[in-house]
Amino acid sequence: MSLLDSFMARATLAGLGVMLAAAPLGCFVVWRRMAYFGDATAHAAILGVALALGFEISIFVGVLAVALAMAVTVSTLSGRGYGMDTLLGVLSHSALAFGLVAVSFLQGVRVDLMAYLFGDILAVGRMDLAIIWGGALLVLALVAWRWSALLVSTLNPDLAHASGIDPRREQLVLTIALAVVVAVAIKVVGVILIASLLIIPPAAARPLVRTPEAMALVAAAIGVASVIGGLQGALIFDTPAGPSIVCVAALIFLLASIGDGLRNALGKTGA
Amino acid sequence: MERLVEIADASVHQGATVALTGVDFHIDRGEIVTVVGPNGSGKSTLMKTVIGALKPSAGAVKRKPGLRIGYVPQKLQIDPTLPITVARFLGLPRRLPRAQALEVLEQAGVPDLADRQMARLSGGQFQRVLLARAMLEDPDLLILDEATQGLDQPGSAAFYRQIEEIRQAKGCAVLMVSHELHVVMAASDRVVCLNGHVCCHGAPEIVASAPEYRALFGSGTGGALALYRHDHDHSHDSEGNCLHDHDCGHQDHDHTPKADANVTSLAKPHAEAH
Repeated sequence: MSLLDSFMARATLAGLGVMLAAAPLGCFVVWRRMAYFGDATAHAAILGVALALGFEISIFVGVLAVALAMAVTVSTLSGRGYGMDTLLGVLSHSALAFGLVAVSFLQGVRVDLMAYLFGDILAVGRMDLAIIWGGALLVLALVAWRWSALLVSTLNPDLAHASGIDPRREQLVLTIALAVVVAVAIKVVGVILIASLLIIPPAAARPLVRTPEAMALVAAAIGVASVIGGLQGALIFDTPAGPSIVCVAALIFLLASIGDGLRNALGKTGA
Repeated sequence: MERLVEIADASVHQGATVALTGVDFHIDRGEIVTVVGPNGSGKSTLMKTVIGALKPSAGAVKRKPGLRIGYVPQKLQIDPTLPITVARFLGLPRRLPRAQALEVLEQAGVPDLADRQMARLSGGQFQRVLLARAMLEDPDLLILDEATQGLDQPGSAAFYRQIEEIRQAKGCAVLMVSHELHVVMAASDRVVCLNGHVCCHGAPEIVASAPEYRALFGSGTGGALALYRHDHDHSHDSEGNCLHDHDCGHQDHDHTPKADANVTSLAKPHAEAH
């Protein structure tokens, strides 16, 4: 009997792996105002699922390929006439629509689309766990290695150039890391909830911290608490696991915001 | 004199529009060069080309190998979702021991700011922190892109005095942009006037006439500023040619008041010989 024989243990480990990678990455998504970028990449993943089933390749490879293509397309097209939000809106919904149409062509294959839209963390196997942790550690290493360069590029592209950093290369690093996280997370939380896991923990961490590094660490801690709390809650109340994780994260965000509001109000009356 | 940056016959696009045409420019070690010109004349484009953020579509940019650039941007909007203290900001992109961060802030005339959030600083404090960070790179070339924008008169005067002190202490070259046509530093070794192309460039003349201008613009800044008036009364057609006369095509044109009624140059007499 090993720990991995329990589906709850596997689900928890899978959720932790995704959150550890999503936390620092999510901070950059928030700082750079790329919230819809996560959405667009995640929606494109459905097209990846359809292609993977059609060509009988691994779902992970199919999703990774399409998510990467989407990420590079957005990076390349940005700043060429259309606003970033318009561009992401067009690409995101088109990719989702084409993905759904492509899935309908797959005759003889029964696709549980709900599993990809909302994920099925309780069905995570040992191989999935290996892929998730492999991808998560890769993304963590990449972001840790480029951390300072990414920060300077985020603050100001010209400041980066003056320090000998190419902000476009850093943007590419970020988009590749984002594509990897989406590809490994699709099994766990599904397309719809990936973007929320990227954004809610950093947003909840923001009022509690004073430095970028602290924000990434606190976001990771909030993510871990959401995974453990959400899965336990799902078990106790018999609720869907993926959405329960996001609900806990949203509640923590609410508490942090209220706490910050109270502290500001008290600070003003006390001063 | 060691050449730090040389730009030869460069044209630079900003998106689909041509921001600069046929620009020759250079800056040498230790000299102060000021770029002036009206809005949209390509001043920031020239700065970005010097830094390497923009590549010219024609012509060439040569930088001294290993050139270290300290850059103070025109404005730095920090997203409110990005928490960052002054001490942490100074340590980007290279980590900085806290003791050194405190020392640098002390030198910049803004002690006690180390643990403040960047977003909470006043305009003057912010610019001094930006300057302190630029100096941490121990630059060969310090670039200031309208760095006093948003500062009041005493604030910008104090800022320019600090830059003069830095240049004397470190011997780095300084490249400054101003869109205030009438105010440039008396200590500028050269002034480059841009309007899509280099209209004219040269040493600010040592002119004793019109002392009322110095009283207006020079005294408030401890004599560090001088007057440089240049009326842009000409426009350009789509090819960047002048529609009416104004010294255009004079690539090596020094301003002399008697030669050009449109140009008045006034500078504090230089104590040091050129």
